[in-house]
Amino acid sequence: MRIKVTVNGKEYSHDVEPRLLLVHYLREVCGLTGTHVGCETGICGACTVLLNGQAVKSCLLFAVQADGQTVTTIEGLQQDGKLHPVQEGFWEKHGLQCGFCTPGMILAAVQLLARNPNPSEEEIRRGLEGNLCRCTGYQQIVEAVQWAAERMSQGRAL
Amino acid sequence: MPKLVGQAFKRVEDPRLITGHGQYVDDVKLPFMGYAAILRSPHAHARIKNIDVSKAKQATGVIAVITGKDIKDKIAPVPCAARPVPDLKVPTHYALAMDKVYFVGHPIAVVVAEDRYQASDALDLIEVDYEELPAVTDMEKALKPDAPLVHEDLGTNLAFTWKVEGGDVDKAFADADVVVRQRFVNQRLIPVPMEPRAVVAQWDAGNRLLTLWVSTQIPHLVRSLVAGMLNLPENHVRVIAPDVGGGFGQKLQVYAEEALMSFLAMQLNRPVKWAETRRENFLSSIHGRDQIGEMELALKSDGTILGIRYSVLADMGAYYQLLTPAIPTLTGLMLCGCYKIQAMRMEKKAVFTNKMCTDAYRGAGRPEATFLIERMVDLASKELGLDPAEIRRKNFIPPDAFPYATPHGITYDSGNYEAALNLALELVEYDKWRKEQEEARKQGRYIGIGISSYAEICGMGPTRAMPAGGWESATVRVEPSGKVTVLTGAHPHGQGEETSFTQIVAEELGVSPEDVTVVHGDTDKVQYGIGIFGSRGLAVGGTAVYRAAQQVKEKALKIAAFLLNVSEDDVEQRDGDFVSKSDPSKSVTLQQVATAAYDPKNYPPDLEPGLVATSFFEPTNFTFPFGTHICVCEVDVETGEVKVLRYVAVDDCGKVINPMLVEGQIIGGIVQAFGQAMMEIGIYDENGQLVTGELMDYAIPKAKNAPSITVDRTETPSPVNPLGAKGVGEAGTIGATPAFVNAVCDALEPLGIKHIDMPLTPARVWKAIQQAKGK
Repeated sequence: MRIKVTVNGKEYSHDVEPRLLLVHYLREVCGLTGTHVGCETGICGACTVLLNGQAVKSCLLFAVQADGQTVTTIEGLQQDGKLHPVQEGFWEKHGLQCGFCTPGMILAAVQLLARNPNPSEEEIRRGLEGNLCRCTGYQQIVEAVQWAAERMSQGRAL
Repeated sequence: MPKLVGQAFKRVEDPRLITGHGQYVDDVKLPFMGYAAILRSPHAHARIKNIDVSKAKQATGVIAVITGKDIKDKIAPVPCAARPVPDLKVPTHYALAMDKVYFVGHPIAVVVAEDRYQASDALDLIEVDYEELPAVTDMEKALKPDAPLVHEDLGTNLAFTWKVEGGDVDKAFADADVVVRQRFVNQRLIPVPMEPRAVVAQWDAGNRLLTLWVSTQIPHLVRSLVAGMLNLPENHVRVIAPDVGGGFGQKLQVYAEEALMSFLAMQLNRPVKWAETRRENFLSSIHGRDQIGEMELALKSDGTILGIRYSVLADMGAYYQLLTPAIPTLTGLMLCGCYKIQAMRMEKKAVFTNKMCTDAYRGAGRPEATFLIERMVDLASKELGLDPAEIRRKNFIPPDAFPYATPHGITYDSGNYEAALNLALELVEYDKWRKEQEEARKQGRYIGIGISSYAEICGMGPTRAMPAGGWESATVRVEPSGKVTVLTGAHPHGQGEETSFTQIVAEELGVSPEDVTVVHGDTDKVQYGIGIFGSRGLAVGGTAVYRAAQQVKEKALKIAAFLLNVSEDDVEQRDGDFVSKSDPSKSVTLQQVATAAYDPKNYPPDLEPGLVATSFFEPTNFTFPFGTHICVCEVDVETGEVKVLRYVAVDDCGKVINPMLVEGQIIGGIVQAFGQAMMEIGIYDENGQLVTGELMDYAIPKAKNAPSITVDRTETPSPVNPLGAKGVGEAGTIGATPAFVNAVCDALEPLGIKHIDMPLTPARVWKAIQQAKGK
């Protein structure tokens, strides 16, 4: 089946099997391996991408379901070579160790801040519930999101 | 040049990982690569009467299908490096099942196809005719005379017995005023690194070179052992471990799949990739813990501990992975914790069951030890009516007793246990919480305070105590341009040694950290090394890096003195340059020194060209980090739900290179311990089915339920290495578990509850409360 998907601002067009998962399409057809596969059952969130700006688990979607739509992966988050504030926050606050959950975690946090620019710790922890991390214990991830929220609110104030 | 060592320097790994440019094994894509899928046993114990792969071989896209008979004389059995006793029973475990399967998940056949979907499809077309056999999954039942045998040829499910003893144990118990006894279950855990395992194998037939990309903690050992399994010369095998998405001991292994993919790549003359599914990771990558034991503590009525006895069954699972038999012995080594206990004995029976093997899971035997001794000390404090902080203080090995020899023959390097306890008590506001607890009890609320003071054995370790070498290697190479390349055998998988090693080298050589590159995880680039496990990355690997950098610096000083035409004694390093002390106007840069070293026209005549040094650092002893953790919790006795109100961790990992990385290791470890204490348990039913075989059924902590941790440190340098570092990777999982459980049991003391086995899920806590009320 022929699909057209805009990924990170670039249009891709491929013939794909109807059963091809979106995550495998991104990784193996588009060559964007920043999106990871951690469980194939929608629990771990390592495969989180933005579909039309909404965080989705790309192991629970077929590539054909993204036909005609817009996907943002971790590779597309930088603007003009500059890190997104959430990426910066993860770096500043040691929000990652092995880095495997990180792309999904960052994209989930991007959506969280888009919906709620000034979340409480509780709201951040609830908002990231669908993304598992085995290294950090989450505390520094929470701090990273708080750091990004502050940076983004300063950006808006300027 | 700003000081780097001791600073919270931002990680050099992060830019690639936060932008999606990390490279994990499943990201490797090679031309003509085939994808493998593995057929695994659905039965815990069965004879294989027949396997028919003919339909699978004809399926769309299938390149090859292999079964046990194809590899029997071609791949040697999966190796185990640990031999704790000479008469250990060793089952022969082939990479694919031969005539019998003995755990659910046991690999039976491999399909290679053009893509991963076709490979999975073809698995369904393989027909296996099984004769089911009764399974045994309960360790206690496995030792009964009529139990089914996991390995008939061994004649028993008792893998081995092992004992460690020191001091006069019988006298200690005879002299005791009180003996406290408790049975403990240290439940089976599943490590769950976020990246499942993966292997890519590529065969260069012309040069007879095998390249293996493996998600592993120990690339060089994988090379040696896979070469052995395939009967290849070791220098014809290259192992690349790129970014590794968490290990926790599960990747401190050599698994069947590494040899199978290599074999297939060689047979097919095509690259082959296998990426483990999460379900496979649960079924057939190693599990952790799984001990059931009876612990006894002999005390005087004033709280002085006289002796310990521990009798334990340890579940090996169905065969041995690399270190399976060694793990419970580490429990024995640390059973006395941080107390001056003069007599101890541990007797262990290791048992085969029809389950996946246990092996090293973060802490590996030591979380079990801390849990046992710290729970016992709390039980004793309650029995004797002593404050739990006081009984600990009374029995601590005092700071002036180090190096301290335990009765069973190990020597703790350094420590100040009371300082860590005092700081933790102060930070948590212990007296305030005790008052609050008293008030709450009057109102029918149940607040508990749990203390855990721990000492761990880390910095693994001197070679004499290790199954392979205990040293670590590093090369520091100043390139002709003055840029510095560090090659380390200590291959990290999330801990951040690219950063801490950069800090060490940049500071030692006086170069900018941007000018340092740390290379690891490639056996063709890096000299032989051991890898990272047992909290050894910095204490052993970092020391090798430090020593290699020192050697480079010594040589650079010689060259600089020659170039400046002054004596060596007259040269000092200042802001990265080499300067004459007597005439500071004379100086050369490291870059000038490096250029001279590689283009030695104007050069000391007695010196070899080049500016490179390699160090193999062999530690004289283990290191013994320590600390005190305190948890305050409230239990809802209507629902059994536990809420952590406050958690304070004071850890001492010796000298710190990067406090930010230390904090990350501590908090992450504590949350894993929280998982064991409150949520996680790997359950097999009596037929040997893993009922917690997916992330849907096996609960690991999430952002919402993980506790917030307050972290602080004391700093007692280790005398074992020149960095004074002790290691920190496992401290959280080793120290924290009993703090959570002690807090819950303390909260429920008024109900007469002494102990609840982990995990303290609301259901278990509620049930214990109902039982206590029914009494």
